[in-house]
Amino acid sequence: MDFDYTDDQKALKDEARRFLADASPISVVRGVLEDPARGHDEELWGRIAEQGWCGAAIPEAYGGHEFGYVELCGLAEELGRSLAPTPFASSIYQFAEAVLAEGSEEQKQELLPAIASGESIGTIAVSEGPGTVSAKRVKTQYANGTLTGTKLPVADGMAAGKAVVLAMGSDGPVLAVTDLAGPGVSRQMVETIDPTRGAATIVFDNAPAQVLGSGGDGIAALARVQDRSAVLMSFEQLGGADRALEMARDYALERYAFGRPIGSYQAIKHKLADVFIRNEVARTSAYYGAWALSTNAPELATAGPAARIAGCNAYWLAAKENIQTHGGIGFTWEADPHLHYRRARHLGLTIGSVKTWKRKLTDRLEAQRAARQAEREAA
Amino acid sequence: MNFDDNPEEATYRARVRAWIAQNKPDLTALPPEQRLVWTEGHKNAMAQWQATKAAGGYACITWPKERGGAGGTLIEDVIFSQEETAAEIHDPYFITGLKMLIPAILQFNSDPKSAERVPPAVRGEEIWCQLFSEPSSGSDSAGIRTLAVKQGDEWVINGQKVWNSGAAHADYGLLITRTDPDQPKHKGLTAFWLKMDTPGLEVRPIKTMGGDSELNEVFLDDVRIPDDQRVGEINGGWSVVLATLMNERAAIGQSNGLTWSDMMDLASSIETDDGTVMDDDSFRDLVADLHVDLEARRLIGFRILTAISRGEQPGPEGSAAKLLWSGGTQTMMSEALDMLDQYGLIQDSNLSPRAGAFQQRFLWSCGLRIGGGTDEIQKNIIAERVLGLPADVRVDKGVPFREIPSGR
Repeated sequence: MDFDYTDDQKALKDEARRFLADASPISVVRGVLEDPARGHDEELWGRIAEQGWCGAAIPEAYGGHEFGYVELCGLAEELGRSLAPTPFASSIYQFAEAVLAEGSEEQKQELLPAIASGESIGTIAVSEGPGTVSAKRVKTQYANGTLTGTKLPVADGMAAGKAVVLAMGSDGPVLAVTDLAGPGVSRQMVETIDPTRGAATIVFDNAPAQVLGSGGDGIAALARVQDRSAVLMSFEQLGGADRALEMARDYALERYAFGRPIGSYQAIKHKLADVFIRNEVARTSAYYGAWALSTNAPELATAGPAARIAGCNAYWLAAKENIQTHGGIGFTWEADPHLHYRRARHLGLTIGSVKTWKRKLTDRLEAQRAARQAEREAA
Repeated sequence: MNFDDNPEEATYRARVRAWIAQNKPDLTALPPEQRLVWTEGHKNAMAQWQATKAAGGYACITWPKERGGAGGTLIEDVIFSQEETAAEIHDPYFITGLKMLIPAILQFNSDPKSAERVPPAVRGEEIWCQLFSEPSSGSDSAGIRTLAVKQGDEWVINGQKVWNSGAAHADYGLLITRTDPDQPKHKGLTAFWLKMDTPGLEVRPIKTMGGDSELNEVFLDDVRIPDDQRVGEINGGWSVVLATLMNERAAIGQSNGLTWSDMMDLASSIETDDGTVMDDDSFRDLVADLHVDLEARRLIGFRILTAISRGEQPGPEGSAAKLLWSGGTQTMMSEALDMLDQYGLIQDSNLSPRAGAFQQRFLWSCGLRIGGGTDEIQKNIIAERVLGLPADVRVDKGVPFREIPSGR
């Protein structure tokens, strides 16, 4: 039993925090906020790539550094805390995981080295319109080795060079990988609630693409990939939630009303204690997810969704109560709390809403329950 | 991050699982009403179980052998408790004494008379209870009014204690009294241990809204205790209180009782026009929320354990875990009643699902949010000790205890 980061992992995290304090101060985040067309900060991305972070969990055979998944989780936590405006989440938690988990050996050899070095950016294109994506409602077509259809929003869709696309094949949904710089692809920036993480509308018109791996059920494959992304993303959410709570705490200590710090009133103390509890739920669920991810445990099927739900809930609560604790100043453009409010919902939607994940979790709990029952009956 | 038992832990778990299966008490030999906790039948069965554990070397696993323990590790202790829970053994009688009170007493007293109390407690022959709270000292836990006055080698004690879990079954108690009302609140307290049949001591059970009588009032009328039953220094009682509470935090409670999977079982048993309540979307959302919170509560226990096994002081995660459990249980039980619709009103062991367990816990859950530190106190602990927010403005700070307004 060892339910914590190791000392080495802690040292890596501390180093990452120091690095990001220098490489991604709030001025860098605001630089992208003020100029949304940038989508991310290229200099920061270059520096992160130099650190080798992109290859943290990618095997050496595919150009990665293979530090491990728990190490990647630690980096994600620090990236979330610093609000780093980078395409790291799309490229590493999503695209790289999709290729690693579902790609053929050839595809891994071909695609991963450039992702691991940070030279190339990848993303996943799933959403096509309002509502939850399902097998029945995928309109983008995959036929004769080409994709046709429209995806929006695609996180980091302007910056990405490659994308894994959910599309309808002749026998049902598939995941296909395509070159976004290639023929038949046009894209346009789309404004979102969080300009510090770019997004695009991508139109495919007979764009050459190849099926990822052996081309099985694309919805099931996407679900497997997203269980992994959910854990990694939950660490970004946790880092952001911790930072938002710290900001609220610091302000509550420094702001006086009626002759005493507002943080001495139970209305504020208990509110922030509630935020702390949600953050602890998120931390614990994320750690459990990290264990399941790093050991390929079957528990990932429920630990992934649980980490996702806890991460979404914690960051949302921490971000909104941070603004509330700040009062009027927290509502201004120049104060920083809105950066977390935006990011909390960005992370809370990019791989599916919390409601979608709750349904997914209960479906799986129900399936496990039925399996146990069948086992008992058989015995 | 590692959740698996290491090889030694796995071996230990297999060994104790087999031992428990072979030696565990057979409650089915008792009449059904005597299988409930706080009945004589259940208590005697658990006392026998404690004796069996002591003989087998599984009582007080973390204690040194010379004190009657097994000289084992905390992880072994936790594994044993987990296996007991899995075997549906629920023992509320000996934990207070063995995990909280006796370790605190031994931290302050090394005299033979105090030490004599240890072996019978380990063997399940003596039950201990905590005599701390009072009618005007609940959350304000240092506001003790029970007065102890020294007369020669004895102390004469007058006052009242309340919310004393198991006092009606207890043989011994750890008592906190006020010995110097001229000092500020925390400074004039002194602790004693005493026999519960000491003349002048009277226990009156309190019937709670759940209908049980686990809690008691204890009246002390000219109770005389020899000075050699004092625990720690005169006016040093607050340290004893803190030591006890610290032990409480380290004693990781095993979750037992109804949880999210029981809610799924109940939902699947209730029919609707097109299936069961399990198919209802709002119920499915609820299950996900309950799963996340209650699993987190369970897993926080592992984080506390990780800290302890590294020799660190367990952090404030315990307060978060307690709040998740108390609030989560109450919400869950109320949702269970709603699921049953009008039938949820019925509390009848023959008619209600699970013999009325959901209704019983619906009533009982109010106490969870109050006992062992109220929700509000837990939130203060988090706000002050973790977040570093200022303590509440206190009008009793530095004031001699006798001058503190009492409201009546």
